[in-house]
Amino acid sequence: MTVSLVLLVAMAVLYACGVYLLLEKSMTRVLLGVLLLGNATNLLILLISGEPGLAPIMTDGVEESEIADPLPQALVLTAIVITFAVSAFLLALIYRSWRLAAEDDLEVDEEDVAIGTRDTNVDEPDLEELATATDFDPVDEDEEQRQARSST
Amino acid sequence: MLVLLAVFGITALLVPFLARRLNSRVFLASALVPAAAFVHTVAQGPAVLAGDAVVETVEWIPQLGLAFATRLDVLSWVLTLIVTGVGALVLVYCWRYFQHVTDGLPRFSGFLLAFAGSMYGLVVVDDVYLLYVMWEATTVFSYLLVGHYSDRRASRVAALKALLVTTLGGLAMLVGLVILAVDAGTSRLSELVAAPPNGPLVPLAVILVLVGAVSKSALVPFHFWLPGAMAAPTPVSAYLHAAAMVKAGVYLVARLAPGFADSPGWRETIVVLGVLTMLVGGWRAIREWDLKLVLAYGTVAQLGFLTLLAGYGTRETMLAALALLVAHALFKSTLFLVVGIIDHKLGTRDLRKLSGVGRSSKALATISALAVASMAGLPPMVGFVAKEGALTAFLDDAATGRPWGAVALVGIVAGSVLTVAYSLRFFWGAFWSKPGVESSRVRATVWFLGPPAVLAVAGLVAGFAAPLLDSAFALVADELPAAAEKDYHLALWHGFETALWLSIVTIALGVGVFAVRHPLSSLQERFAGRITADGVYAATSRGVDRSAARTTAFIQRGSLPVYLGVILLVLVAAGGTALALSRRLPDDIRLWDYPAQAVIAVIMMVAAVAAARSAKRFQAAVLVGVTGTGLAALFAFHGAPDLALTQVLVEIVTLVAFVLVLRVLPAQLGTKHGSVFKRGRAIIAGLVGTLMALVAVVAVGIRTAEPVSVEYPRLAVEEGHGLNIVNVTLVDIRGWDTLGELSVLIVAATGIASLLFVGGRQDDLPTAREARPDAVVDRVQPRRRRDADNDDQRAWLLAGRTLAPRQRSILLEVVVRLVFHALVVLSVYLLFAGHNAPGGGFAGGLVAGLALVARYLAGGRHELVIAAPANAGKLLGLGLVIAGGTAAVPLLFGADALTSVYLSGDLPVLGHLSFTTSSIFDIGVYLVVVGLMLDVLRSLGGEIDRQQEEEVPSEVATHPGQAEVTK
Repeated sequence: MTVSLVLLVAMAVLYACGVYLLLEKSMTRVLLGVLLLGNATNLLILLISGEPGLAPIMTDGVEESEIADPLPQALVLTAIVITFAVSAFLLALIYRSWRLAAEDDLEVDEEDVAIGTRDTNVDEPDLEELATATDFDPVDEDEEQRQARSST
Repeated sequence: MLVLLAVFGITALLVPFLARRLNSRVFLASALVPAAAFVHTVAQGPAVLAGDAVVETVEWIPQLGLAFATRLDVLSWVLTLIVTGVGALVLVYCWRYFQHVTDGLPRFSGFLLAFAGSMYGLVVVDDVYLLYVMWEATTVFSYLLVGHYSDRRASRVAALKALLVTTLGGLAMLVGLVILAVDAGTSRLSELVAAPPNGPLVPLAVILVLVGAVSKSALVPFHFWLPGAMAAPTPVSAYLHAAAMVKAGVYLVARLAPGFADSPGWRETIVVLGVLTMLVGGWRAIREWDLKLVLAYGTVAQLGFLTLLAGYGTRETMLAALALLVAHALFKSTLFLVVGIIDHKLGTRDLRKLSGVGRSSKALATISALAVASMAGLPPMVGFVAKEGALTAFLDDAATGRPWGAVALVGIVAGSVLTVAYSLRFFWGAFWSKPGVESSRVRATVWFLGPPAVLAVAGLVAGFAAPLLDSAFALVADELPAAAEKDYHLALWHGFETALWLSIVTIALGVGVFAVRHPLSSLQERFAGRITADGVYAATSRGVDRSAARTTAFIQRGSLPVYLGVILLVLVAAGGTALALSRRLPDDIRLWDYPAQAVIAVIMMVAAVAAARSAKRFQAAVLVGVTGTGLAALFAFHGAPDLALTQVLVEIVTLVAFVLVLRVLPAQLGTKHGSVFKRGRAIIAGLVGTLMALVAVVAVGIRTAEPVSVEYPRLAVEEGHGLNIVNVTLVDIRGWDTLGELSVLIVAATGIASLLFVGGRQDDLPTAREARPDAVVDRVQPRRRRDADNDDQRAWLLAGRTLAPRQRSILLEVVVRLVFHALVVLSVYLLFAGHNAPGGGFAGGLVAGLALVARYLAGGRHELVIAAPANAGKLLGLGLVIAGGTAAVPLLFGADALTSVYLSGDLPVLGHLSFTTSSIFDIGVYLVVVGLMLDVLRSLGGEIDRQQEEEVPSEVATHPGQAEVTK
């Protein structure tokens, strides 16, 4: 199989720009990065799906050997619509964050940092501790029987 | 046997409920299960002892050779009798032991029975994987039982220690078993032993299996978990830590010894660890003060002894091993049960505080005396028979000149001296009258004494029945080579031979050690080891905790860009390594497929770079949209009209969604913090871009197999009755994918709505009529307020009533009203034409969504309600039900899910019509997409409008559509 160089470079550039934006602190830029990555990935699938061809619609006169591979197309179609749904969701998140904090930036998660600095020292109990631990308080058999008798 | 296993499982689930009603009497009921298993096993006796193993097999996954296989041969039979017999007695004992306890009893009773079941399974299964499952089941139940007193920290720590150590060994064992099973081509234990594999990895595998056995049976260096496990209630110790679980390792060693005893490293490991364990355990047992700890360290010592005998690999050692196995199970559980009675009555197990117990309860003392005699190896107990056998076995073996036999002989003699000493110490500690200690009285009922009494007497009987044991055990032992020329037989009396003299010497020395116990214990105190296995364990677990904490502190920075950066760098490193190793390249790299490709690609690249550098929100969004549109053009040229159509539609609606949200955000990007780490980000971006280019190159290069879609054209036309293969793929051939995608869309739509409609979803409430009390309406057009009701139904342009005049564009409103229905018709056309031409549910739904977008932009949110008087959530649900229903209905007719039906016929007037049921699926897709669009508009459009109006009630909020148009 062959591969087209301009498409290859375009895909790499799209990925690079997407990653560059994804690593930003501004949530809008992160979303734009996600969109670019989505486009880049669709381009990747297009690139490796094989040669261009006729549309995979089997009207009269179209031979099976002439059409472009339909399976990657079905996959990409799904991906396009999902990307839209996800970006709409991210937009809603951005709006919410703006409403609540007037903030479009990703903040450092204090809870995450706290986990890292937690104290984990645990000291071992000694076996001696076991020697004093008993399953029961002393039980007097006679006492027990007396109780049994009085209850009946 | 499998039925019994199932019964164990089911009763273990039921018992906790019974326990709430019966309290401790529940143990009597649950004792019936192991008792039944015991009877069943006894009934198999004649067949098993005739040399025929009882085999049961239920196929599970025959393709993988997995089966529920059980096999009862003599070795399994002996262990099953111990496990079920002692199990039943301990459960009866529990009835009295927990008589006045209710806390945690339901849980405990269930776990104990479940443990008995997994132990039963462990000794009867014949499949290594099943063996591992049972093995770990006993570990888990042991953890739950040891940690029974969950309010005590010592208890929890001990339980965790036992769990970690035995699981670690168990995992090593699993690796070993897998290697063995793969090498031998069978997972049947019996076949593995009968024909041991001899691959290069087998010695390693055997050692790994031994690690599992050694950790489970608490041998040095893993012995420390067993004394800790004494935190368990005493019946648990009697069952798990004397008779059952700790024997699992011994069982496995005995099981494998006929096949692997001569494997390199096996015998050396067994002898060294066995002897060391025997000495360490005995040494510690003579200095402990807690009766249970004396027994625990004694058990450690005996387990070393047992493993040594079971694994050494001669006929004589195996005979002695089985005799000792039975003896130990009987005497050690007896003694634990006795300690339990003392603890129960007196509330202490400290032998310094006990005095005169023997005098007050002769029966208890007698029972213990029998068991202690067996432990110390005194005639006529079975313990004596076993010890005689062991001494003779190693004497014979050492006589053949094998050095390890001599080492073992010296080891067990020394170990037996210590055994005698700690046996005496136990009896003295528990029952003697000690000067200066207050005398205690113990009186126990018959039922409480019964189980230990039965076990102790069994030890006595077994001693006299030595010839019977011999004939049974010989069936196992005969699989191993004999060291002596003359056949050895287990018996109480062999005449005055060397072993007897050795035995007498050990007893005499043991009594001597006991006699000097006071100076000895002060000596021991002084030389108590600084480095203990327990300490190593504690240091290791602390070290793991600390390094985990440090690693977490290092990685857990709380910053998303840092996390993503790390993930991407790992992707580059791992993916890059894999790609670098690949040598497959495409046949040819050409500049472009067609010249237009170059133009489009350059435009996309420029737009992407500009988007990455842009400092304005809208600008960046539009630039990203350019790359998407370029992609649509590429799709069109590639021969993918469906993709091109969908991509263009999605670009438009994405831009609309951006506009709707970004209108409330400042135009400038990154005003607050600006861009950070520009260089680092650029490097990572460059690396990822290069990596993906390599991925594409290699992916193209390795595509040599025939594509799966070769059959799709035929399938689509003949089976799917559609000419558009992509559409048929979506709704029929790969319908499950689409169904999954619809779920994603619904989740996203619901997420959007729930982020916006915080106080509950109100999107189905307002109609134009209800919406009128709005501040805007009232203020803008108070004059028309009264007669509005009348022209409500007749009005054509509705925005006049809800939007401020300066936000309206009459021209736009008119145009939108005119094209709206045409767009809806077009969307329906695309939906149905999609089966044979470009289009389909996705494209159709997006076009319908665009029609709604237009109505909203022109007339505002109230007009949207009139244009689409449906609840978005209901549309989404209906769509999924239709699509899912189309997938599921064929099941009702016995067909596979998603099977489509084709109907065609001639109708008057309409002419020839054909219809495929997969079109119904596409209708579901259409509805979900429309629902998603509606949710986006209601949430990001209407709801943001409303919230903006609320925020600035004095000012009329800007309406996005108008803002765009009037610009």
